[in-house]
Amino acid sequence: METIVFGLLNGVSYGLLLFMLSSGLTLIFSMMGVLNFAHAAFYMLGAYFAFTITGSSSFWIALFIAPVLVGLVGAVVERYGLRRVHPNGHVAELLFTFGLAYLIEEVVKIVYGKTAVDYRVPELLDFAAFEIYGASFPAYRIFVIFIAVAMLVGLWFLLKRTRAGLIIQAALTHPHMVGHLGHNVPFIFMMVFGIGCALAGLAGVMAGNIFVTDPAMAVQMGPIVFVVVVVGGIGSLEGAFLASLLIGLLQNFAVGINLKFAEIFGFLGMSDLSEVGRISVSSLAPVLPFLLLVLILIFRPQGLLGEKEL
Amino acid sequence: MSETTQSFTDLAPSAGAKFRQRTLPILIFAAILFAIPMVGPSRTFYTLAHQMGINIVFALSYNMVLGRGGLLSFGHAVYFGLGGYLAMHAMNWIEDGAGIWGSVPMFLLPLVGFAGGAVAGAVIGWPSCRKAGTTFAMISLGVAELIFAAAFMFDSFFGGEQGISGDRMNGIELFGLSLGPIDEVYWFIAFWTVIGVIGMWAFTRTPLGKLSEATRDNAQRVQFIGYNPQRVRYLVFIAAGGFAGLAGGMAAVNYEIFTPDALSLVPSGFVLIMAYVGGITFFVGPIFGAILLTYMQSMLSDFTEAWLLYLGVLFIAIVMFAPRGIAGIVFGFLDGVRGDNPGAYLGRWLMRLLGILLMLMGLIVLVEVSVRWSNGYGEVYEPFGLHLGHENVLSWVLVIVPAIAGVWITKRASKEEEAA
Repeated sequence: METIVFGLLNGVSYGLLLFMLSSGLTLIFSMMGVLNFAHAAFYMLGAYFAFTITGSSSFWIALFIAPVLVGLVGAVVERYGLRRVHPNGHVAELLFTFGLAYLIEEVVKIVYGKTAVDYRVPELLDFAAFEIYGASFPAYRIFVIFIAVAMLVGLWFLLKRTRAGLIIQAALTHPHMVGHLGHNVPFIFMMVFGIGCALAGLAGVMAGNIFVTDPAMAVQMGPIVFVVVVVGGIGSLEGAFLASLLIGLLQNFAVGINLKFAEIFGFLGMSDLSEVGRISVSSLAPVLPFLLLVLILIFRPQGLLGEKEL
Repeated sequence: MSETTQSFTDLAPSAGAKFRQRTLPILIFAAILFAIPMVGPSRTFYTLAHQMGINIVFALSYNMVLGRGGLLSFGHAVYFGLGGYLAMHAMNWIEDGAGIWGSVPMFLLPLVGFAGGAVAGAVIGWPSCRKAGTTFAMISLGVAELIFAAAFMFDSFFGGEQGISGDRMNGIELFGLSLGPIDEVYWFIAFWTVIGVIGMWAFTRTPLGKLSEATRDNAQRVQFIGYNPQRVRYLVFIAAGGFAGLAGGMAAVNYEIFTPDALSLVPSGFVLIMAYVGGITFFVGPIFGAILLTYMQSMLSDFTEAWLLYLGVLFIAIVMFAPRGIAGIVFGFLDGVRGDNPGAYLGRWLMRLLGILLMLMGLIVLVEVSVRWSNGYGEVYEPFGLHLGHENVLSWVLVIVPAIAGVWITKRASKEEEAA
């Protein structure tokens, strides 16, 4: 019971963090057709900016300023980099963001050093929210869930209920028509890219102090976010939401299960000493998203909620 | 009645042209490889040359997927690594000499690597080649992560952190090479590099090679003429995996050790950069890229700790301004010089080169000064006896002035080109 409750709580908070990252990625992809390989690098930038701003003022200011700064960096990248590469096709765009990920990581190493920085949970939220079964659940994680849900609602409201969202959605499918109606489509693209990066930055602000803020955080997070996007169905926000929660729960439940394969499949005669038998479920947790990816690709290639393509 | 038959000029290349364009470059390449030991190179040079040979085969195999097949893969090192691991195990089996392994010469290990890479390509390619484009790229990334993580769980094959090591001086000697001294290993590497280059060149001339280019350009039309694009991709993927495994087998003999790091995302990214910087639209492009980047990797990393930053800048610059890579620059230059107005072309070219060098100078000063400032050991960047600390105004002048001048000069060169 204890494992289930904690797996559920941690899984949801981690899954929502994943969704903050993957929603930006999905938004950018469905609009511009480019999968932003540097997305996790923007997430890292968010954490580092928040660290700097927290140092000179407070976490609450960083919570607002850092994502905006990351969004600005993203907009500049789109305006002076991606837009130039765009005529060369999607592969060139993907490669551009791939190079950008390298570059951001190296620059971060120069500016902030190669070791982790001391970016902490704000004191105001550094307490146990409640205790069950003798273990406490940090209030900050509740705060993460709260912010993520607020962001989710905000994004949904922006896209589905405002005029700006209407234009963005129209520009997704009919960029030329929207252009003829007098809207500045390249500017919309720049804004969307900026907003997507800002969402990644927000995730960085929230996650940097739960995990570790070091130059490797982008490389650690990057592949998982791509798995989320592919599993959910490339370009589908709802799919990304489902997949984020699924992967968040899956990983956190697996961590809590301290069984070895030999104990589970003992009835098949698997020995405790054999190589497969020695693997425990908890050590499998980091691999699970990728296993899920392969399974999804075999049985449902378009992803959970993706549209079938040729 | 009008004449219904029409005579066409024969568009096929003449025998002489075929020789010049197809056979001669490979002969020259082989001759260069043959001539290198004659000048009595140093150990360092040999080490570097071996790495280049391995990377040439690896980068060319990657280009079968990216340049020829149009599939962007972020996990090509998986096939290099799995092929190399199998070769490494074969090396130990040869040492034990049990069964048929006692009669297998060490020299043929790359073939074992080829088999390993091809089998890995056949297994992994089956689910991943169903899709092309961005989805394929993401799948390759996920699979690479999966294999890399699994490598630490199955110690009997991957050997855990310390990997698998062996001894190449066993088994039957072929061509009188014991593979002990480094100059004998050179012949091994040179032989397999040439075989790999010829093999992959020959592959582009096969119907499958041509179909892979057709699938890259228009999968739907390939379907119209009765081929299954997924199947074409799959077969090309297997072949590319095999050649990557060949490179892995070469690496197994050269280094006598393989660790799980060989199949991580880092070498996968590096091979992508090698192939792209070299130029993926040309067959020789990845060869250029492999030579240049291997050189940069081993030499530049001695001079500066920020060499990855330079690599990133180089890659982005190529993606943005020269999508046809180094090969594109070289062949474009040759065409321009042979064009109508070689003088003006050369002038613009030199001007642009000057601009790029100035920008590079600004970048180098900026990066080197910042790296030392960031490290905080009190080290100071001192090129040509200058004392460029971060508190020195001259450092920042040397960053800003060349950068602005460089941008201005290159813009001017582009404007002149548009006018011309």
